[in-house]
Amino acid sequence: MITQSNLEAVFESGEFAVTGECGPPRGMDPEVVKEKGSILKGYVDAVNVTDNQTAMVRMSSMAASLLLKQIGLEPVMQMVCRDRNRIAMQSDILGAAAHGIHNLVCLSGDHQRFGDHPGAKNVYDLDSVQLINMVKNMRDEKMFQGGKEIKKGEPRIFIGAAANPFADPFQIRVPRLAKKVAAGVNFIQTQCIYNLDKFGEWMDGVCKRGLHEKAYIMGGVTPMKSAGMANYMAKNVAGIDIPDALLKRMKETPKEEQKAEGIKIAIETIKQLKEMEGVSGVHIMAIEWEEAVPEMVQGAGLYPRPAAKA
Amino acid sequence: MADFEPTIVAFCCNYCGFAAADLAGSMRLDYPPNIRIIRIPCSGRAEIQEVLDAFLKGADGVAVVGCLEGDCHFISGNFKAKRRVTRMKELLAEAKVDPERLEFRNNAASMGPQLAQFFNEFTEKIRGLGPNTATIKLKKSQANEPDPNEKKEVHP
Amino acid sequence: MIMAERKPMPAIEEMLAPYKKIALIGCKGCVTVCNAGGKKEVGILSAQLKLMRPDLEITEVTPERQCDPEYVESVERYAEGQDAILSMACGAGVQLMAEHYHGLPVLPALDTTFIGVTEKAGEYVERCQACGSCKLHLTGGICPIARCSKSLLNGPCGGSVDGHCEIDPGVPCGWQLIVDRLTELNQLDNYEKIAEAPNWATSRDGGPRRITREDLK
Repeated sequence: MITQSNLEAVFESGEFAVTGECGPPRGMDPEVVKEKGSILKGYVDAVNVTDNQTAMVRMSSMAASLLLKQIGLEPVMQMVCRDRNRIAMQSDILGAAAHGIHNLVCLSGDHQRFGDHPGAKNVYDLDSVQLINMVKNMRDEKMFQGGKEIKKGEPRIFIGAAANPFADPFQIRVPRLAKKVAAGVNFIQTQCIYNLDKFGEWMDGVCKRGLHEKAYIMGGVTPMKSAGMANYMAKNVAGIDIPDALLKRMKETPKEEQKAEGIKIAIETIKQLKEMEGVSGVHIMAIEWEEAVPEMVQGAGLYPRPAAKA
Repeated sequence: MADFEPTIVAFCCNYCGFAAADLAGSMRLDYPPNIRIIRIPCSGRAEIQEVLDAFLKGADGVAVVGCLEGDCHFISGNFKAKRRVTRMKELLAEAKVDPERLEFRNNAASMGPQLAQFFNEFTEKIRGLGPNTATIKLKKSQANEPDPNEKKEVHP
Repeated sequence: MIMAERKPMPAIEEMLAPYKKIALIGCKGCVTVCNAGGKKEVGILSAQLKLMRPDLEITEVTPERQCDPEYVESVERYAEGQDAILSMACGAGVQLMAEHYHGLPVLPALDTTFIGVTEKAGEYVERCQACGSCKLHLTGGICPIARCSKSLLNGPCGGSVDGHCEIDPGVPCGWQLIVDRLTELNQLDNYEKIAEAPNWATSRDGGPRRITREDLK
């Protein structure tokens, strides 16, 4: 164990890990975070807290992470390169670690063009690979990015990152993961998986290079809420690949049963991921549909979760 | 305003627009004396600056006449002219001159009657729009100052 | 070259509102090539202004450049006695004019946009952000800072689809271009080298930059 992270402990124990996701509210109401969190409680090992996702202003990921911690959940704080330079990032990492946040997912972040502040200046002082490396050096070398020693306690962070096996160019998707691994990442959460064949092809490449032995790979799963949502994602969200067969299956399901069918598909996906070589867990992103998570976890035979160590 | 006679400048390409105007003359077809033709080698030769200058110097309307699409003597001059006229209309609108005062027309050399008809219609349209107010303002200001508009283009 | 676009006319009108006599000064450098502020554009803007403001007295002149002191000085006699100078140069030219003509307001007629190339006539695209530390030898001659919307040095992000950037299908993904070119050059090994955290001090982040060449003084 390199950190006190419960997520790391689950991986270490050889259990198939489960993480969920909680998007902080566009307001200060702490109850929203706690309500979302309490739905997930007991069904996941840790909860990702998004960092101003889609470049919309939301409660900070650190603050929302702490709210989840208060109700007994382990947060996985997300940090994007869009909004902070390396000075602010390191300072937030120290602050998060001081408050007992043990997991950090390092991301590029959605471009501000997508959000409600398209006129904002983006930062991108570092990219996600450089951010991973900075956190690793803070933890393992006790060193700030600028080269000075961290004397008053280094942040013991379990470092995560994202991977999108469905984006282009496909031939560098495994090499790009290799870069993240070389930079020091400990676990990977992938983009939501609908096309298991393509994901399998990517995983083959990952295993051939032994990357799954250096970082835990978690497959991303998002249940489809309706045929309409599935169509929208397939057409409009960059880097999401939904095979026609699945779109058809959703479309042919009566409207009132589509939610249940979406969950069923997600459970089937999780079961297949569990059998796949190199996959150590599942990351469930039930966007504004946290209620679906308990059913999915139970349906996939992943309940109960191992007790979190004190 | 009833006795307003517009001044209209028509930049006519040598091969089509001008030839058609010539043909209209030979056929003894009437078109208004308001039209002042400027013969240019190709409609693509009509520069933005020249068209703006025509308005500055008192034109109430300007037409650019080129060959039918596909028939340009210089292959694509009339397409260039068409795009440039679109740009000129934007520039005129910016300068608060009604872009309707500028028109582009494709007209083959054999289309004498059609050109005469276009000139008639365009003259009526400009008559309807009234005098180019920018020119009136300019004339007034010129009356006060002897020669404010002399161009001082220099090449240092 | 440096690319620029003429400001919207209402902005120019507003800047000029207090003045009756101006020198409209173009530049024969970059802004001539990108058809924004050369002699031709000076003539067009002048004609437009006269159509709107017959009372405005305009003296036109287009020197070689506005970013070198000798050319800025060369138009002194045209600037003399004016209420203001309306410059059609890039931001650098406007500033050197303002430094030289202390007593005169110098107004920008253009918005300076980027350092780029002519893709084809009438299509100008950004290529360089003047970061002060060129790495083009590692990226197949395609700059990730200028051409990736997020300036990722270890790209592409997950938003690259069919060669397009996620921000706009009209924007090519810089990293797709880099990967294609490295593949073509048989240099895909370069891709696997991690680009370290950059030193932005060579860029604008290090404060206004200066080059000193003693041999030329």
